[in-house]
Formats: sequence, structure tokens, C-alpha cells
Amino acid sequence: MFAMGQRAKGWGFVAPALIWTLAFFIVPFIVMGAMSFATLDGRNLVWGLSFDNYAALAERRFLWRAIVVSLEITVTVTIVSVLLAYPLAWIIAFNVPPRWQRLVLLLTILPFWTSYVVRSYAWLLVLAREGVVNQTLMNIGLIAEPLTLANTRFATVTGFVHFFVMLLTLTIYANLVQLSPNYRRAAQDLGANAFQTFRHVILPLTLPGIVTGAFLTFVLCIGDYVTPQILGGNTELTVPQVIMVQLGRRADFPLAAALAIVLMGIVTLAYLAAARWLRLDRL
Amino acid sequence: MMRVLPWLYLIAAFVFIYLPVGTLVLFSFQDGRLPVPPFNGPSLRWYADVLGDSRLTGALVNSVGVAFVASTIAVTLGFLAAYGLARHSLPGSALIRGLLIAPLTVSYLIVGLGLLIVLTRSGFGLSLVTAGIGHVVINLPLAFAIIYAAMGAQQQNAERAARDLGANEARVILLVTVPMLAPAIGAAFFLSMTFSWDEFIIAFLLTRFDVTLPVEIWSLLRSGLSPRLNAIGSLVFLISVAFVLLLELLILRKRK
Repeated sequence: MFAMGQRAKGWGFVAPALIWTLAFFIVPFIVMGAMSFATLDGRNLVWGLSFDNYAALAERRFLWRAIVVSLEITVTVTIVSVLLAYPLAWIIAFNVPPRWQRLVLLLTILPFWTSYVVRSYAWLLVLAREGVVNQTLMNIGLIAEPLTLANTRFATVTGFVHFFVMLLTLTIYANLVQLSPNYRRAAQDLGANAFQTFRHVILPLTLPGIVTGAFLTFVLCIGDYVTPQILGGNTELTVPQVIMVQLGRRADFPLAAALAIVLMGIVTLAYLAAARWLRLDRL
Repeated sequence: MMRVLPWLYLIAAFVFIYLPVGTLVLFSFQDGRLPVPPFNGPSLRWYADVLGDSRLTGALVNSVGVAFVASTIAVTLGFLAAYGLARHSLPGSALIRGLLIAPLTVSYLIVGLGLLIVLTRSGFGLSLVTAGIGHVVINLPLAFAIIYAAMGAQQQNAERAARDLGANEARVILLVTVPMLAPAIGAAFFLSMTFSWDEFIIAFLLTRFDVTLPVEIWSLLRSGLSPRLNAIGSLVFLISVAFVLLLELLILRKRK
């Protein structure tokens, strides 16, 4: 009887959070999933079990193209961000004196907290035809005419890389400082040079951190609407941009829902591919 | 050469990281109509312009208000759930934890889309309240995870002592558990504030007439580059940095 009472009390504490999550996350998610199998008859929604929306992904070129563009951008961003962040995390962990590391790290990730709308706008400013980069390059005589940097895929990738280098530097740094210096010492005692030590000792030991950070990058990048919309122009659309087009002008909620489900499918596949190395609980 | 190379890389990285924010802030002081070189100024006219615009200041107040209410709800619900799971043995607690964390694994766009579908279908008007509901959904998992991780044995002993001395559960929670967990609760609250107050996509999908600041900025973006946007952006950055510094102070206090 006592245990029953205690248990009921426990449920009382958990219930508000659980009900909120069920009502405003799980139920909407299920409804969205069901809606991806519905169709539009004019402006009326017809519930059912139709695969039209998913078939459209294969048949309509701009939908298929959006998935390819999203994947290309996301994979590029993930690889470039890891390659840039690793040396940075390394330098902060091993070259910067320990007493300064916390401050340097704080400064490294401070712009991370800029609102993403504002951050994308700031890159637009930097990359504009009359912007800082073009003016500087023209002043030092490297180019005669301003380059088209804004409203391109290059701009989208730059905006993303900027954000994720900060995130990845943080996760990789956390991994590097956890390593005992004994590993490096042991490898050197056994005759390994700096590169061999890195390749055969440090890299394998930090791989879980890299993969975890890369997975986060992949998930956040492929689901973002703001950065490609502000920086990429409208020459090519990513999946989130196409979803927003469906919601806005066309009010085609079933197709938007199907695209959202596809986006989640891609993330799930990425998770399965990375699962061996993922340490999400260690973040 | 090998000695300076790391420092050169560090400097280059800092230039890259601070280039957009630096440009944003510098040209918010531009005395002219375009926020591009050459720099004329400094001038505070765009700040005066922004602070005198009631739509923008109204949107700023909306943003902070939504963030405050949503963070308070998220932290309260997150704390109660963490307490319930840590102090009472419940069947299927792993499943409950999984459910509470689940929204973290889904992009904001999809959270917003799902809510938009359900709310409009059930005849709910879109407003700041619906945006706040969405913000609680994304902040609750974080608040729960942070507070749950901070619940340890030392609080449990103090709670037991308080109970033995005759305090009922409500008094134990308010007078023992909450004060002992104050750093984690504060960290969860300020982290929620930083995520919620400048969040765009959920607020964009779930508001209609009264909007939050990021949504207002979004509609201004259509008219192109302007020192006005630089001034708003710089203010937004400043407020976010203030939240982060508060968070940093709380974490530092916890470490000591």
C-alpha cells in the first residue's frame, strides 16, 4: 500500500512534463505522419493511405533535386567543419597555456550565441558585392571586379561552416583534454614520430568525439531553413526551403509533411551509420 | 616556422569567427545609408532610429516575454519530472526519459510544422501563446536533462534528514532540493532563455499578428542591407552575450 502511494506520487511529478511532451510533440508528430499519406483535392484535405506524396519525390525533379542539394551541402559542411575545427581544438588544448584555455575557448564560441537570423545577415554583409571581402581583395589588387559571393552555395556553406566550427571545436577540445598525456608519452617512447602518434594513438581515441560532433552538425545543418534562405539565394533550394514553399504559397501540407518525414528518415540513416562511434550521453 | 604556425592558425581562425560579428557591429555605427565600406562615422543615429521604432521595441518585449514564460514553464516541468524520476522508482522510467528527451533529436522546423498542423486543425488561433508552447517543447528536454544529471546522492541525504525531522515533501523540495540544485536550475533557465529568445523558425510558423523580434527582423531582411538591421542585430548579440555570461558565472560558481 505504501509502495503504491509512493508510486502514484512519483507519477504526479512526472505527469506535467510527460503530458506536455505527448500533447505538443508526440501527437503532432503522429498527425504529421498521418498527413503525409493524405492528399489535396483542390484546397480540401482528403485523409487516407495514399503514397502520392512520396511518389512525387521521385517523379518531380525539383523535389528530388532538393534532397540531393541538401545532402551535398550538409556533407560538404560536415567535412570542412571537422577539418577546420580539429587543428583549432588541438591548438587550444596543447599550445595555449592551461590557465588561458577557458578564456580562449569562451572567446572562440562567443559568436555561436548570435541569433542565427542575425548571423546569416552578418555573412551577407561580409560577402556582398560591395562588402568587406570584395573591397579588401580589390584594394590589394587581387581582383579587378567584385566576385559574386552572396546568394551562392558558397555563401550557404560558409555561413554553416562558421557556426559548426565553433560547435565542433568545443566537442573535440573536450575530447582532447580528457586524454591522458601518458598515451602520447608512451607512443613517443616506443619510437613513434609526431605524425604516427597522431595517426595511430590520438586520432582513434578522439574518433568518438569527432563522430558525435559530426553527427550533430549533420542533423542541425540538414534541418536548417534560415541559412540557405538568406545566403543561398533562390537558384537552388534545400529540403527545408521546399517545405516552407509548400506551407506558404501552395498550402500543400501533405507534401510538406512527407518531406519532413523524408528529412527524419535521412537523419535516422545517418544515426545508424554513425551509431558505432556515437557517444550522445557524453556530450 | 613550426613554432609560429599554431599561433597563425589561431589568429586566422579568430579572424574568420569574428569577421561577421565584427562587421555587423562596426557598420551599425555607419553614418550613411549602406552598411558597407568605406566606414563613415561613428554615428549613433541608427540606434536612435531602432529604439524609437515601436514595432521593433514591441517585438523585443514580446521576445523576452515569451522566452521568460516558456523558460519558466520548461524549467518547472523539467525539475518536477527529474525529481519524480530520481526519487521515486517508476516502471518504464527509461522509456519516460527517452520520451522527454525525444524532441531534441528532431529539427525545430519539424517540431514547428507538427504543432502548426495540429493547432490550426483544432481551430487554435496562432499567437505568442502558441509560439511559447513550441518553445517549451524544445527547452523542456534540455532543462530536464541538466537538472536530472545534477541530482545526486548528497541532496538525497539532506532530503532524508529533513524528512526525518518532520518536513513534508513540499517543504523538502522547496527548502532543501531546490536550493541545493540552484546552480543547475539557473543554468537550465538561462540556457532556455538564450535558445528561446532569439529562436526564429518556430516563432515564424506559430505567430500571426504579434511577433517576436527574430520574425520582425526577418521581414525587414527583405528590403536588403541596412545599417538599421546592423543596429538591431548588434543589440540582439549584446543581449545573448549577457545571458551567456550569466550562464558562465553560474557554472563557474558550481565548479568551486
